[in-house]
Amino acid sequence: MIRKTIIKSTLLVAAIALSVQSQAVPSAEALSYTCAGCHGTNGASTGDAIPSIAGLSSTYLVDAMKAYKNDERDPTIMNRIAKGYSEEQFELMGSFFEAQEVHKNRDQTFDVAKAAKGKKLHNKYCSKCHTDAGIVAEDDAGQLSGNAKLFLQYSLADFHDGTRSQEKKMKKKIKKMLKRDKEAFDLIVNYYVSGKK
Amino acid sequence: MNKQNRRSFLKTVGLGAAATTAAAYAPFAIGGSSKKVVIVGGGMGGAVAAKYIRMMDKSIDVTLIESNKDYFTGFTSNLVVSGQRSLDEIKFGYDGLRGHGINVVIDKATNIDANAKSVKTAGGKTFNYDRCIVAPGIDFRYDRIDGYNEDVANTKITHAWKAGPQTVMLRDQVQSMKKGGTVIISAPPNPFRCSPGPYERVSQIAGYFKKHNPTAKILVLDDKEKFSKFGLFIGGWKKHYGYGTDNSMIEWVKGSAGGKIESVDVAGMTLSGEVDDYKGDVINIIPAQKAGNIAHVAGLTNASGWCPIEGKTFESTIHKNIHVIGDAAIQSPLPKSGYAANSEGKVCAAAIVAMLNGDKVPDPSYVNTCYSVIAPGDGISVAMVYAYKGGKIVKVKGSGGLTSGKFNAKLRGREEQYGYSWFDNITQDTFG
Repeated sequence: MIRKTIIKSTLLVAAIALSVQSQAVPSAEALSYTCAGCHGTNGASTGDAIPSIAGLSSTYLVDAMKAYKNDERDPTIMNRIAKGYSEEQFELMGSFFEAQEVHKNRDQTFDVAKAAKGKKLHNKYCSKCHTDAGIVAEDDAGQLSGNAKLFLQYSLADFHDGTRSQEKKMKKKIKKMLKRDKEAFDLIVNYYVSGKK
Repeated sequence: MNKQNRRSFLKTVGLGAAATTAAAYAPFAIGGSSKKVVIVGGGMGGAVAAKYIRMMDKSIDVTLIESNKDYFTGFTSNLVVSGQRSLDEIKFGYDGLRGHGINVVIDKATNIDANAKSVKTAGGKTFNYDRCIVAPGIDFRYDRIDGYNEDVANTKITHAWKAGPQTVMLRDQVQSMKKGGTVIISAPPNPFRCSPGPYERVSQIAGYFKKHNPTAKILVLDDKEKFSKFGLFIGGWKKHYGYGTDNSMIEWVKGSAGGKIESVDVAGMTLSGEVDDYKGDVINIIPAQKAGNIAHVAGLTNASGWCPIEGKTFESTIHKNIHVIGDAAIQSPLPKSGYAANSEGKVCAAAIVAMLNGDKVPDPSYVNTCYSVIAPGDGISVAMVYAYKGGKIVKVKGSGGLTSGKFNAKLRGREEQYGYSWFDNITQDTFG
């Protein structure tokens, strides 16, 4: 009896979430398992270019997928993949990955001295929005600490040259940070790669 | 919907799904105490299916039968041929799967009895199953090229299309070839494992020659008129290896222009086509292919030499309770690739878990992604999202496709790096 009620309410919720779809309705798991071949099991990436998506804010993931779908982010493979899903499916994936534990890739090398300097920069310019070194889903931002090194570099470069849009406040902070130290990107990336708080 | 509402809404969906799963799997299981799955073949499809069945339902007993104690990935093996990677870097064992509670048996499956629901091995063991997954990969149609056979492939003229010792042999032959010598690569007819693979191999060997043997040549004799990522490879060969000029390192001969090979003279190191003979210093023949041997023995293949399946469960349309995934299956429009095998393995795993628990088979979703490295700093990719519609696997319209044909050095560099991360993650997802 209880089971029936649970199923009924699930179906109801699923029906709302996927009201436009009439055909096959893959679950959050079915959709999200297809990501793991590139992003690691449950979104925990062990590579240094493809980012981890485990524990990511659902809002952030959905926004990222929408941006890829609309060709508003760097036109690599994700644009082509994002075009295969509806917004409702993005939300199912978002709910799946937000429920996973954040993964820090500890296999990457970093410069200890640069990481220390980077930490100071992060605390001064970034930490207000990216709390706990950027691993908190509630921030609705991408994972910073422990994420893939090259991905962090690519993202900063894309924000900086306007390939990827950023919030006004972030743009301002980055400008200030680069004014203080033109090596700032390298320093904060080393800090994030260190995986330390 | 404002942000807060949407977030709580999503959490409700997640909770609902989790509750259904728990309720469906725990107290209502049918078929008594044990649910047994036997998987034949521990490659990209078989290994990931084993892992995901256990991730989804720990009450299922999973046995994986694989004849080799280590697996060498086909993808990235071209980088071993060019010396960019070592064979050890593409070698994976089965301890990760053992850690998931999978019974890994290093033995050769010799027969599958669909009526008795059992698998027999060369080691004299019998394994009973409720559901069996057959993932044997490919075998070669040596008979299509007169004079070619497994002995020749192991000793002189490699196929190197199952990674391992032959990959290293081909690497050593390429590296020790005389200055200005010629490597001939015979590329197979469709369908075959890893459709961009032969052309990545050409690119990788060309990259090696550019540095170490700049007057060497690569002659590609192709059975086909066109190949995967055609424009991107040709463009890359023009950019890096002088393709199309008098000084081109690579010459590609399509099937209708004499690329189809009929026989090989092993002692004379000569390939014969319908019209011409071609003499090489190193020869690599990638033969026509069919499903792995056990699929034929078990009667899972049709006249095409591959295994017909139902796309929602990957259950054989010939034998009930046996599922076929990966390169051996007729899974088109999904390609015969490692990533497709990964995706199929998970869909099949979810279907089997549901079937063993008397549950409704979930609606599947599939993806393929594939990277090739043309030269250092130059990576390309192809991707596609697939859905299940009207009883068939179909490409999702508007999704997927190739790296843009408009060359962008920054993005090509990133694609190469994404390709290396892809390797790290797909192998971790499969064997970790």
